[in-house]
Amino acid sequence: MMTYAYSKKRDVWKLISALVLALYALILVYPLGRLLKEAVISDGKFSLDGFKTFFSQSYYVGSIGNSLKVSFATTLVSLVIGIPLAYFYQMYEIKGKSLLQVLIILCSMSAPFIGAYSWIVLLGRSGIFTKVLEGIGIHVGSIYGFNGILLVLSLQLFPLVFLYLCGALKNVDNSLLEASVNMGCSGAKMFFTVVIPLCMPTIIASSLLVFMRAFADFGTPLLIGEGYKTFPVIIYDAYFAETGGNHMFGAAVSIIGIVITAGIFLLQNWLGNRHHFTMNALHPIERKKAHGLKNVLIHIYSWFVVCLSFMPQVYVIYSSFQKTSGKLFVKGYSLDSYRFAFTHLRKAIPNTFMIGIAALAIVVILAILIAYLVVRRSNTANKVIDTLSMIPYIIPGSVIGIALVLSFSKRPLLLSGTAAIMVIALIIRRIPYTIRSSVAVLQQIPLTIEEAAISLGASKMKTFFKITVPMMGNGIISGAILSWVTIITELSTAVILYNANTITLTLAVYTYVSRGSYGVAAAYATILTVTTILSLLIYMKVTGNKEVSL
Amino acid sequence: MSVDIKIRNAVKKYGESIIINNLSLDIKEGEFFTLLGPSGCGKTTLLRMIAGFNSIEGGDFFFNSVRINDMDPVKRNIGMVFQNYAIFPNLTVEKNVAFGLKNRKLSKEEVVSKTDQFLKLMKIEEYRTRMPERLSGGQQQRVALARALAVTPDVLLMDEPLSNLDAKLRVEMRTVIKEIQNKIGITTVYVTHDQEEAMAVSDRIAVMNNGVIQQIGIPKVLYQRPANLFVASFIGRTNLLKSRMEVSGGKAFVILPGEHRLQVDTMKEEEMKPQDVVLSIRPEELYVKPEGEDGVTAYVDDAVFLGLNTHYFIHFENSEKAEIIQESQIDSIIKKGTKICLGVKTQKINVFDVEGKRNLVKGVVNDLDAYNGAS
Repeated sequence: MMTYAYSKKRDVWKLISALVLALYALILVYPLGRLLKEAVISDGKFSLDGFKTFFSQSYYVGSIGNSLKVSFATTLVSLVIGIPLAYFYQMYEIKGKSLLQVLIILCSMSAPFIGAYSWIVLLGRSGIFTKVLEGIGIHVGSIYGFNGILLVLSLQLFPLVFLYLCGALKNVDNSLLEASVNMGCSGAKMFFTVVIPLCMPTIIASSLLVFMRAFADFGTPLLIGEGYKTFPVIIYDAYFAETGGNHMFGAAVSIIGIVITAGIFLLQNWLGNRHHFTMNALHPIERKKAHGLKNVLIHIYSWFVVCLSFMPQVYVIYSSFQKTSGKLFVKGYSLDSYRFAFTHLRKAIPNTFMIGIAALAIVVILAILIAYLVVRRSNTANKVIDTLSMIPYIIPGSVIGIALVLSFSKRPLLLSGTAAIMVIALIIRRIPYTIRSSVAVLQQIPLTIEEAAISLGASKMKTFFKITVPMMGNGIISGAILSWVTIITELSTAVILYNANTITLTLAVYTYVSRGSYGVAAAYATILTVTTILSLLIYMKVTGNKEVSL
Repeated sequence: MSVDIKIRNAVKKYGESIIINNLSLDIKEGEFFTLLGPSGCGKTTLLRMIAGFNSIEGGDFFFNSVRINDMDPVKRNIGMVFQNYAIFPNLTVEKNVAFGLKNRKLSKEEVVSKTDQFLKLMKIEEYRTRMPERLSGGQQQRVALARALAVTPDVLLMDEPLSNLDAKLRVEMRTVIKEIQNKIGITTVYVTHDQEEAMAVSDRIAVMNNGVIQQIGIPKVLYQRPANLFVASFIGRTNLLKSRMEVSGGKAFVILPGEHRLQVDTMKEEEMKPQDVVLSIRPEELYVKPEGEDGVTAYVDDAVFLGLNTHYFIHFENSEKAEIIQESQIDSIIKKGTKICLGVKTQKINVFDVEGKRNLVKGVVNDLDAYNGAS
């Protein structure tokens, strides 16, 4: 009887394995294959014309250089800002640290192009600060081009470094630091010779994340880059420049993009393996109170960085209440922008929630199933699933968008222009992160608990739903809320896939920013920010703590 | 160069709650000194005050004649072994041991030769290029010890260093620790809650409870002549029996269950007066007499055979319970329910006042008395 139940239930997981594989084949492998085919087949013949075009023009090739330069510089600056901030935050008592953390998270969760637009208004040619500073004789350099992209992306992405590093520092056992002090190594020397090496795996991992985000971001360079073309902008231009189903050049550029990001990923992996070790903290670091000048400097640094990066959002919220005349802001305040926002693009708000919730639900369910397969049922098929699920991690969002359009624009797979394709895009984009966090949660649950349930007579499925899933519960919910926030602020894929019927809040902001209607854009952006803040508050309520970890 | 440690009137507070109040202590140069007590008794807190990781709210700490209260932990020249070893997981064995040396102004050659010396001393040379996660618990312990000693510290502090090891390895490692300490002759302060471990390694032990030192002494004295009831029951096992002291003809007697009068010749003169007392009789201080001899009557409830010894759980006629230990005999174990007759090794037993605060027997040596001015 037992053996019968065992073999029967095992088949259930095999079936799930097969279904997941089939799903990946449809929404990931097929589109990427289609993209490759489009790039090398022209009129039924093999051709490398797309690649030739790209490499024959310095304008295109130069964009790769620009993108790499922007991405490396952003990664470096983000590390330089984020690591000390995380160190101060975990080591010392900082006044208002809960608020500080919430603000840092909010910074990371707004769409970068909103930051770009705000900085233009604040520090651009006729910016508010520019004029004030010029009034007292200080000339800020141009924030257009490389500098501007670097400024916006660094302030946007250092929070990722901060959150990752905080997580790593929580795993550093206090006695390691005490041992270091004990052996004559303290203060700044300890920071560089003990703390940084201990956090090295996390520093490498967060560098990759920042690099990938910076490399794939296209809203920021589009707005603030002016003549400084980056690779994602080229992809976007190439895609929209071509008509009539000929996407050869766009596809070729996309393939080049994948090759570059895959290379970076492999480099990171190699570095990460060289620095691999495990840590767990029996006695986590306790925050100390710093004294005197040190205390003052820590506070100034932490709050200055956070205020600087949060300023664009404050400005956006402020300008959403400014009176407008046509596209221009005029003196006085009004709710006109909101009135306009709620009467136009009425679908944006319901779309945001419907598409977002649908995507989130599927992502969570898939992630739990895949995590279980990967952790508890390791076999060849599930290793393939594990690898497949990580592929979207390294593919720029706009490339995924193009691949989906290419694949699902003809019958019987006609999905373009529907909400379904937006949902699929979000699933592909988010699932690597959610799977990673689910895997981490599941690995914390000892197998013996499931074995206990089975030995007490529960079936495998019952054990999974009654024991495993509830134990993963809190981790899943907190992961889901953070995924939710990234889902509603997603731009780079959606911008290729959307139309008037499937527009979302983030896209609405983008649309009105690019049309120059800053008041309306600000109103949409404010609605988005409020939604984000509410989601974060729910997250903190659910997890019962004030610490957010990605 | 080793130092002696002098602590006077130490106070530790967390907010309003006082963890350690007015504690004084002297640790001799080269001594292996152990702080022993149940968890939460303040022993680790005191150790960390010596190390400089806990603030000191009152009193004075001296290494030789140097007051260290406000000295930076970096400058105290202390070697420390942590409960979870605190081995840097990102550095090889060799680099862990060399870490402290590199922070001193030593030449490269010195760093290398010192590292080699201590890798050899702790017998971990063959693992020198390994990462810590590929070491067993015992090997990690050796690395931690090598690393702490390599910097030739004035004092070695060890915070429950063996608590993460399995029973067999614990016994092995405590021998290693004792040997190394003897060889180097460094002043060592060791924290543990395991009384057997403490007795095995220490020159002297301070037994602590609730932030207060109960007794300081050599292991033999702590076991045989505990200063109070807490020490008697914390060190080893003991049977506590309520009793009464009677004096007749210049001799002291205590009353055992069944109104059995037992003459005790070890009483302090000044305590020889009729009073209620508590007897502490260790299991091995009771023995089974042949039938028919004069003794205390008892009944066997259960017997546990542990090889060398057999433990009997018994009750007296007044239904008080006790445990006795007998060397295992080749013939059969005494059966449950058997009525037996017990003798007492009178020289060994301890008699406490009714509150358990004082031992009324001669021969109690408590180094703590030096600070209290008491007898």
